[in-house]
Formats: sequence, structure tokens, C-alpha cells
Amino acid sequence: MSRSPRLSAALLTAPLLAFLLLSFVAPIGAFLWRAVSDAEVAAVLPRTIVALAGWDGAAAPHDAAFAALVADLREARAREATGPAGGIARAASRLNADRPGLRGVLPMTARRVAAPFDGPARDAVIAISAAWADPETWGAIRRAGGPLSSFHVLAALDLRRDASGSLRALPDDQRVFGAVLVRSLWIALLVTGVCLALGWPLAWLAATARGWAATLLLGAVLLPFWISLVVRTAAWMVLLQREGVVNAALGAFGIGPLPLMMNRFAVVLAMVHILLPFMVLPLVAAFRGLDPRLPRAAASLGASPWRVFRRVTLPLCLPGIAAGCILVFIQALGFYVTPALLGGPGDQMLAWFVGFYATRSVNWGLAAALSLLLLVAVGVCVALYGRLAGFRRPGAA
Amino acid sequence: MGRGVLWAAGLLVAAFLLAPILAILPLSFSAGSFLFYPLPGLSLRWYRDFFGSDFWLPALWNSLLIGGAAAGLATLLGVPAAFGLWRLRGAARAVVLGVVLAPMVVPVIVVAVALLLAFGPIGLVATHAGMIVAHAALGVPFVVVTVLASLEGFDAVQLRAAAACGAGPVRAFFRVCLPQIFPGVAAGAVFAFATSLDEVVVALFIAGPAQRTLPRQMFAGLNDSISLTTAAAAAMLVAFSVVLLLVVGWLQGRARR
Repeated sequence: MSRSPRLSAALLTAPLLAFLLLSFVAPIGAFLWRAVSDAEVAAVLPRTIVALAGWDGAAAPHDAAFAALVADLREARAREATGPAGGIARAASRLNADRPGLRGVLPMTARRVAAPFDGPARDAVIAISAAWADPETWGAIRRAGGPLSSFHVLAALDLRRDASGSLRALPDDQRVFGAVLVRSLWIALLVTGVCLALGWPLAWLAATARGWAATLLLGAVLLPFWISLVVRTAAWMVLLQREGVVNAALGAFGIGPLPLMMNRFAVVLAMVHILLPFMVLPLVAAFRGLDPRLPRAAASLGASPWRVFRRVTLPLCLPGIAAGCILVFIQALGFYVTPALLGGPGDQMLAWFVGFYATRSVNWGLAAALSLLLLVAVGVCVALYGRLAGFRRPGAA
Repeated sequence: MGRGVLWAAGLLVAAFLLAPILAILPLSFSAGSFLFYPLPGLSLRWYRDFFGSDFWLPALWNSLLIGGAAAGLATLLGVPAAFGLWRLRGAARAVVLGVVLAPMVVPVIVVAVALLLAFGPIGLVATHAGMIVAHAALGVPFVVVTVLASLEGFDAVQLRAAAACGAGPVRAFFRVCLPQIFPGVAAGAVFAFATSLDEVVVALFIAGPAQRTLPRQMFAGLNDSISLTTAAAAAMLVAFSVVLLLVVGWLQGRARR
């Protein structure tokens, strides 16, 4: 062995660590940073943000802020005419996330103030759009002044700050993410519960059966475990769709067609099917580790079957049960494909909104804040798993 | 009586696990073009359609290429790391293990969106290299865990014996350790390949039309009306999975011996 075995051991892990740092840790870190950083508006409107520093937020700001806005927008347009474009659009998109409607106002104002005009900047700017007379517009600019802000994280929690800076809950009709978070947790919890209820008898049989019966039962768990998630979701679509296998069979009896897809039922059913092996495998390990003499001893001492279960079997298997539940819950919480394909608009989970805000609405800050929410939930579960099941076992996968 | 109820419940759950998969396999051999029973007749037309298509066949090659390369990269990086981790103790081990296992627990949507953002400026979006790197990162924890598990059964004294016989550490690893843990290494590589073959969310976000993998192409086919070619593709992915499951089962049987 080399002189310092610890050093050489650490060196052996270095290439993988470097690889994961570059391909996994750093990208995720940079993405999550967007949840708290706020640089798009400051890049375009630096003078305006300085001019708004002492503003009280009650009425539209003083003339200097309007003059700064005009100067900033002229410079930004001149920069984009020669250099890389998109800065104004990004700033407009960021302001739009705060005050819907501003996406168009900022580029239009930039275009119109580029030409020289007479009179005070205030009148000219307000003449272009009445939005500039609204203190909330300026409040949005100041809130987006950066370099750090709680705006996206607050938005992910259905909260916002008004122009004067105090925290407000959004009006009921604009609240989205509280419901999404509750829905995601609820679906994950429901799937975990159903998996436990269905997985228990199968795992018990697989753990106590002998010979080929045990092999077949474990095979029934392992085969779906290995089959692609998309394939299994597709199988459920084929079964459940309007002209699908189940409805065709029901039609033969004069029933239906029933709307079996694009609803919560289909999402939960397919998720249970996909995640059930993650529950069964730890349960099998837990049941196999149970000394069969212990429940028997309890029974021979006069405990009723229910008491044996509650006082002996359950406590002994609890780490395995907890491991299975947490494993299923963590994965269920992050599901994307299955709800997207089998669910309706009201069945989409946090992951879908992360994807939506990252690509379709290009609101990286909100996507990052929602991811942060998801990661916090997963982190709590992982910590629980570490406490209950320990990290020493390599795990079922 | 309790035993009978337990068997009935357990078998029902096993049927629930297998039935959806078994239900779609015969449909891919249908002579008609509808997704329900009874089949109007048997034919291979949907498989001919699959192999004659301009997008399914490239998707198959993409899956094999990206999966193979990602599994290779994950194994190349994961085996030495597992060997190092096996000898690390204390806080260093916990930290390294934490980083290495993180891709298993971080929701894949977060990885996909983060990589889209990070790979954009460096030109890795819509490239095979980008997909291979991403899938290798997702597959590497399985390699490390599997190899670590097989190292548990390896007696470290043999390495000292090899050193006493004059073998350098590299030679000792390749000649003494690797042959004994090889089933674990191979199983880890298969796990990593299967991870890539399964993966669709990262592919949705960072793959371009030229990198579409089989699951990604299936996902596209599932959004509108499902064709029976999609069922044929699903059947082929099932066949792949069965082969991979059997290979891993065989490797684990060898490791136990």
C-alpha cells in the first residue's frame, strides 16, 4: 500500500467528485441561486434603481427617477443595437412576473424615448404609458433592484411585497402554489399509503414463501421495477383511455365509456403501480430480518394476534417500513411524466410547474424557487430516512 | 384461513403489477390499428413500421449509444471512487458518499432544468455529449453502490499480500481485486445503462431532435393519439428490461458464489 492510504483513497474519488461537481452540483447550485438573485432589471435600469433609493412608495416618484429611466433605456437600446440583444426583454419579463402587463410597457417605452422629445421626462414617459403614473410599477422596479431578493421565494409561497415594502398574501384568486404544494404532498402521501397497504401482503408472502413461489413473487415485483416508467405510464394510457382496453371491455357489458383518464384517479393508480416495488423490496428485507420465534413467543405468552402485531412485529419491522414509505414518498413528490400524461390540469404536481416556468414562461427565478421548495421537502425526508433507516445499508436499488 | 386471505391479497397485488404490462404486449402484434381486444388478427406490421420509420430507429440507436456511453463513463468514474470510498472512514466518507448519492434523491426535474440552464451557454444542449454527461451523472450512484456492496465481500488482506509479492497498487487492483468484484462492476454498469434507457425527463429538456431517445420518442407519441407503433416500441423496451433484469440476476448469482 502507498504511504498514505487515506490520501490515495481520497484521490481515487477525486475524478468522480470533480465530474459530479461540474455536471451536477454546480448546475443545480447556479440554478437555485436564481431563486434569490435578481439581476435582470439592474442590468438595464441601474440609474433608475439608484434614483428610487429614497422614494417612499406612496405616489409616483420624483422627476429625477423619470430622467434616470429615460437615460437608462436610451443607453440600453444603444447597447443592444451594437451588442447582444435581449437585456430589455429579460428585464421586462422579470417586471412582468411582478406586475402582469409590464412585459410590453418597458420595450415600448424604450423604443419611444429613443427619439428626442421636448419638455420634462415625466410627462413624456407617462404619455407613452399610464403604467408609469402607477407607484406599483416603480415599486416593481425597486423590488427587482437586486442583487438579492426574496421576490421569487415569496411568489412560490403566494406572498409578495407591495410598493411600500410590507408583506402581503396574494388575493385568493391569484394564489397558485400553496394549492400546488398541498396537492403534491397529498398525492405523494396518498400514493405512499396505498403502496404500503398493497405492498404489505405481497412483501409478507415473498418474505415467508419458499422455493419457486418466493422467486415468482419477487420476479413479479422486480420485472415492473426494471421496465421503463414511460412504458408503464403508456400501458395505463392504453388501458384507461376513452377507446382503451378497459372501456372496450366495459362496453361489452353495456357500461361506459367511463372517463378513466386525465383525472386524479389515473395519476394515483399509475404512480402506485410505478412506485410499489420501492415499497415491497424494503418490506421484504424487513420481514426477512424478523426472527419468527419472537411473535410466536409473544403469542405463547398469551398475547392476542393484534397485540402481537402491535407490540412485537410492527416495532421490529418499523425501520424497513419507514424506509419504504420515505423512498416512495420522495420519488412521488418529484413526479413529472405520469401526471403530465395521465392527469388533467388540476392534477399537476410541483415538478410540472418547475418545468413550465423554466421553459414555457421563461421565469427562471420562480422555477428555481419552486425547485427550492421541492428540495427542502425532499431534504427533510432524506434526513428522516437517515435517522430511521440509517445510511449504512446500500439500499434496495 | 388468515393465510388464505394473505395469499389472495398478495396474488392480486402481483397481478396488478404485471397486468398492465402484459396487457399491452399482445396489442403490438395486432393486425388492426386499434388499442383494444379482441385482436382482429396477428401481424408484425407495427414492428415493420418501427424499423422502417425515420424517427423510431434513430431513437433506438440514440438510446443504445447514449446509454452505452453513459454507462461506460459512469463505470470508469464510479469504480475507482467506490474503491476509494471503501477505504475512506469518518467525515470524508460521509461527505463523498453524500455527493455521490445525491443524484438518486434530487428530483430529476430539478436536474433537467438546471442542466438546460448550465448547458445552454457552453453549447451542450441538443448534443449527444450533453446527454451522455447528464445520464452518466444520474447513473453513477448505482455503480458506486453496487461496487461498494461487492467490495464488502472482498478481503483487504489480499491487497497487502499482493504488495508483499511486489505488485504495485494499480497492478494489485487489476490482478487481485477487480477479478473478484467483477460481477458487481458489471451489474453496476448494467444499472447505469438501465437508468439511461429509462430516463425521459432530462431528455425532454436538453435533447434536441437528433438526440431523441426511445422513451423520449414514446413520450412524444403519447401526447396525441397513441399509435400501435408506440406499443411496439413499448414492447421492445420491455424486452430490453427483461434482458437487463436477467443479466443482473445472473451477475448477482455469480457474485454470491
